[in-house]
Amino acid sequence: MPGRPFGVSHIPTVGLRLTLLSMDTTQTLAFPGRFDSLATIAEFVTEAAETAGLDECAVYAVQMAVDEACSNIIEHAYGGEGRGDIECTCRINDDGLTVILRDYGCSFDPTCVPKPDIHCCLEERDECGLGLYFIRQLMDEVCFEFTPDSGNVLTLVKRKETAS
Amino acid sequence: MKVTTKHFKRCDLVIATGRIDSQTAPQLAEVFEEINKADQFKIALDMSGVDFISSAGLRVLISAQKTCKRWNRGELVLAGVPQRVHEAMDLAGFLPLFKLFDEVVEAVGTF
Repeated sequence: MPGRPFGVSHIPTVGLRLTLLSMDTTQTLAFPGRFDSLATIAEFVTEAAETAGLDECAVYAVQMAVDEACSNIIEHAYGGEGRGDIECTCRINDDGLTVILRDYGCSFDPTCVPKPDIHCCLEERDECGLGLYFIRQLMDEVCFEFTPDSGNVLTLVKRKETAS
Repeated sequence: MKVTTKHFKRCDLVIATGRIDSQTAPQLAEVFEEINKADQFKIALDMSGVDFISSAGLRVLISAQKTCKRWNRGELVLAGVPQRVHEAMDLAGFLPLFKLFDEVVEAVGTF
């Protein structure tokens, strides 16, 4: 497939058991853009987050943010299930974990997604934009890049808590 | 995710376990819809076995709450909400919209 980085391995969605052995490691896996990939992607990033030394709360934050991002890719970038892959890269370093998600679907303008009103009453609740709101709240850095040649890239950074 | 239901005289109990994400949330929504179709709008959801909920799952809860509370005919109450799920609900500003109980028996007993 044109534009796809070399060396991306494609794995089945069941029976995934990965071991990220040491610090300063980077691993990329491609997952089918389907909702039944979400649990497997969660396993992959959870193991990376734990290996990176993130605390339990931060591990869960990564799991949530990645789930929201991948759901958005399937639903909005690809416009449905089974229309393209999600490439997930986990990069572990001394500071924490960087997760890079790449898709080859439609791009979007993150600044045009309205922030949900999380204080309004039940009847007026409109949950659109909640996923993106979660991603921004849960991660330390969130960066969207959209290029025609190398797809849409979302970079998420979660840093380790430093003792103050 | 696994969902089971129990019908009581005054309410319906829904027990969900596992992950509530974009893959499984529609299944939970269907269970709520079936209960509503039977003209039942008083529902207790046991979440003690839920280990993950995404915004898709939270949307199902809010939608069910809107349906149940309409015309004061009932309510969706939550029991045994795990800490991480509680944090996600807090982040979404959902906590004021639901009654939370530690134990299922208290949640069922509220009706």
